[in-house]
Amino acid sequence: MATLELRNVNKSYGSGLADTLKNIELSIDSGEFLILVGPSGCGKSTLMNCIAGLESISGGAILVDGADISGMSPKDRDIAMVFQSYALYPTMNVRDNIAFGLKMRKMAPAAIDEEVARVAKLLQIEHLLQRKPGQLSGGQQQRVAMGRALARRPKIYLFDEPLSNLDAKLRVEMRTEIKLMHQRLKTTTVYVTHDQIEAMTLGDKVAVMKDGIIQQFGTPQQIYNDPANLFVASFIGSPPMNFIPVRLQRRDGQCWAVLSSSLGVAGQARCELPLGELEAGMDNRDLILGIRPEQIQLAADDGAEAPSICAEVEVTEPTGPDTLVFVNLNQTKVCCRLAPDMTPQVGSTLSLRFEPSRVLLFDAQSGERLLAKKRQATDNKVAQLKRG
Amino acid sequence: MSIATVMTKTSPLDVLQRWLPKLVLAPSMLVVLVGFYGYILWTLVLSFTNSSFMPSYKWVGLQQYMRLMDNDRWWVASQNLLVFGGLFIGISLVIGVFLAVLLDQRIRREGFIRTIYLYPMALSMIVTGTAWKWLLNPGLGLDKMLRDWGWEGFRLDWLVDQDRVIYCLVIAAVWQASGFVMALFLAGLRSVDQSIIRAAQVDGAGLPTIYLRIVLPSLRPVFFSAVMILAHIAIKSFDLVAAMTAGGPGYSSDLPAMFMYSFTFSRGQMGIGSASAMLMLAAILTLLVPYLYSELRGKRHE
Amino acid sequence: MNDASVAQRRSAADLLPSGDGGAKRRMRAISPSRLAIHATLLFAAALYLVPLVVMLLTSIKTPEDIRTGNLLSWPETFTLIGWVKAWSVVDGYFWNSVKIAIPAVLISTAVGALNGYVLSMWRFRGSQLFFGLLLFGCFLPFQTVLLPASFTLGKLGLANTTAGLVLVHVVYGIAFTTLFFRNYYVTVPDALVRAARLDGAGFFTIFGRILLPMSVPIIMVCLIWQFTQIWNDFLFGVVFASGDAQPITVALNNLVNTSTGAKEYNVDMAAAMIAGLPTLLVYIVAGKYFLRGLTAGAVKG
Repeated sequence: MATLELRNVNKSYGSGLADTLKNIELSIDSGEFLILVGPSGCGKSTLMNCIAGLESISGGAILVDGADISGMSPKDRDIAMVFQSYALYPTMNVRDNIAFGLKMRKMAPAAIDEEVARVAKLLQIEHLLQRKPGQLSGGQQQRVAMGRALARRPKIYLFDEPLSNLDAKLRVEMRTEIKLMHQRLKTTTVYVTHDQIEAMTLGDKVAVMKDGIIQQFGTPQQIYNDPANLFVASFIGSPPMNFIPVRLQRRDGQCWAVLSSSLGVAGQARCELPLGELEAGMDNRDLILGIRPEQIQLAADDGAEAPSICAEVEVTEPTGPDTLVFVNLNQTKVCCRLAPDMTPQVGSTLSLRFEPSRVLLFDAQSGERLLAKKRQATDNKVAQLKRG
Repeated sequence: MSIATVMTKTSPLDVLQRWLPKLVLAPSMLVVLVGFYGYILWTLVLSFTNSSFMPSYKWVGLQQYMRLMDNDRWWVASQNLLVFGGLFIGISLVIGVFLAVLLDQRIRREGFIRTIYLYPMALSMIVTGTAWKWLLNPGLGLDKMLRDWGWEGFRLDWLVDQDRVIYCLVIAAVWQASGFVMALFLAGLRSVDQSIIRAAQVDGAGLPTIYLRIVLPSLRPVFFSAVMILAHIAIKSFDLVAAMTAGGPGYSSDLPAMFMYSFTFSRGQMGIGSASAMLMLAAILTLLVPYLYSELRGKRHE
Repeated sequence: MNDASVAQRRSAADLLPSGDGGAKRRMRAISPSRLAIHATLLFAAALYLVPLVVMLLTSIKTPEDIRTGNLLSWPETFTLIGWVKAWSVVDGYFWNSVKIAIPAVLISTAVGALNGYVLSMWRFRGSQLFFGLLLFGCFLPFQTVLLPASFTLGKLGLANTTAGLVLVHVVYGIAFTTLFFRNYYVTVPDALVRAARLDGAGFFTIFGRILLPMSVPIIMVCLIWQFTQIWNDFLFGVVFASGDAQPITVALNNLVNTSTGAKEYNVDMAAAMIAGLPTLLVYIVAGKYFLRGLTAGAVKG
């Protein structure tokens, strides 16, 4: 296995056009699983093709084990790829599909047979070896495509949305299987997807891309809990994070976000969330408060410090593992993820509690995340409170 | 353990690989640039010279075109092309669409019947012309047969009638190409979304209405393709005339393609022949440019 | 065949598979119109067959028989004299056509396949423009290139040779052959080529091992299209070849349109059938591919 490093990679098609990839900086260790995630057209597939050598880069360097491979032709890069459409050779049977890359590399026939057998056993496709791709189901084709990559034992594996042509059930199965395979083989892998669940579940590292720029690069937990901007926060998580436009108030040496529910609700229709101290000038900007559905809880009568607000239930969606409840705060629909046994009546009033430490703040114009100066301190205090 | 691959920088072989696509295409590009566009230009140049039996490069400006415009035979050929083209395209379309719609009614042995309609398209125009020349033979052909069969007053001598000989060409050409139109439209009909027909049936429309109002209008692209191809066949029609009438009687059944051939290669008037070829090209272009334009525009909208 | 059986076998339910009982009843009620449809179709088929039948009948009659009988009258005496005579006239020209068609078909198909492969899988700057220029070649009226082409053939020493005709047919055939293969290969996913490149295959290996094996249908279409075009060609044959190098279409035309001597219609028709049989046979054997060639040529892009 090998390390992979991208240094300031740029890619543009012709001078007049906007860059497809801009200053991509990434690096992963040997055996790590990197996810490239983003909406379609974000450049993730282009980046993958650049790593594979199927497209050339306009600037920067791609290093495998510290050696620059960006000038090499694809066949010399020792990289294998699994394609979204599987790209199995339709006129060859499964055995020949897997063996093709080995034959091209002039491997001895006996060694090829051994390798095919190993891979077929690993993927449990031994009984399919004589079939043509057209006679296989989608899931089976997927396995063969992976087998073709595995047989080569390359330095790096690339997966280009490999599960998106499968039906939902099979997709979940194969996802687990890919994860198991990776845990077992510890292969350096780059995996492109637009599916944020795949991104969260499979990756050691995740790079969220948009418009050819890496928006954030980190572990799935960092991406989820500590998104760098509005885009990352909205892209990762299902149901998505709530974004509530807020006004700020400055009081007691820190800033407060004001939330209000619709009028006529019995109970407290307004609450103020402490946000710590923000830089001057923030007060006048349009700000957006982000909070994930599961971080809105029912206010318990245990006298906890957290601010709470009463709101009217507009819609409930019991999904099985939990119940999604929608309320209206600051004229915005807000989703709360409650325990499955909680199914409040539509029209009833709920008292909801926000954990100020989990609340994120974004600049509405730029989408950038705003960090409080004294956030660290507040966090510590909250942690102490919890422990106490 | 990874399979050994030599991590060299770009080798000469890689460079060759990179150039291979262009190298492979290069001969064809050369052939197309020279053999298509170069030669068209060459012919264009010839049309501005006084070339006769041998090519000469003495520039005479538009003189050959003037001579062409003054040439009665050219006008007969051009008019014939309009009559022949119009009737050929029109009748082929009507027959082709009619047969396609009938064949679309889940006919048993459809494949067999379709094969019969289409077989003339596999034949050379020379064979077609020979056959129809015999069929339309005044005195021995259909003329005699229908009289033998009891239609006493039947006369069919169009082949030797200056004013009607052009219709003989139309008959033969329609026989050859209408099956092709049928095949085009049948393929089009098969690609029409069946749920549209079902929806129309639910709305209470009968089959004739469904075809006239819904199905056929949706086949506009097929219609345009068919017209394009038929027009193209008409403008290039040379072998059919050569085999059936050789332009006769006199030059009453001449078509531009025939005119071009006989002036260029039989009468040694390369200049005027080249001028007529350029006018044929112009005719094709006036059809082709709007067609391609609408095709491309349609593509972009998709 | 009675109405009821017709209706049973081809009810409206066939046309519109879901058809409820009501629709079926309605169709059964108008079954006479379905009978009319069948009658019309069969009558039309008979009309299309008339010229072929006439040719065949005439070719096996004696000249005497032709004069006394009519087009569709049964021959009084059956004779192959027309065929024998016709063959003695066109024998050499028939083989000329074979000598022209086979190499020209194979070369133009091979060139078209490679061009199509490059134009779909290895696009480069300008390749689309080239494809556009080539596409126009499908519509090119050959009259505009006849003179320069004949000068060129003369310079190359290929005038009045079958080799010259092979060259001309290859050059003016690649527009269509390239179009066929290009349009076929654009439907093949790029990923296939990418996968093969990562597997270490080069330009020709990908073509030979991956694409060619899946091209059988389009190769058939192209071969048949080119064979029909080249065998049936008259214009190039009459302009670029004379005397011994003429293809059969030119020989047939000369035979039919000579004004010397008494007309022997049985010989004419036999010769016409000889000229038409190869393409007719190909059509009967591989009509599916022939039709696909025609429609592929029709619906471009």
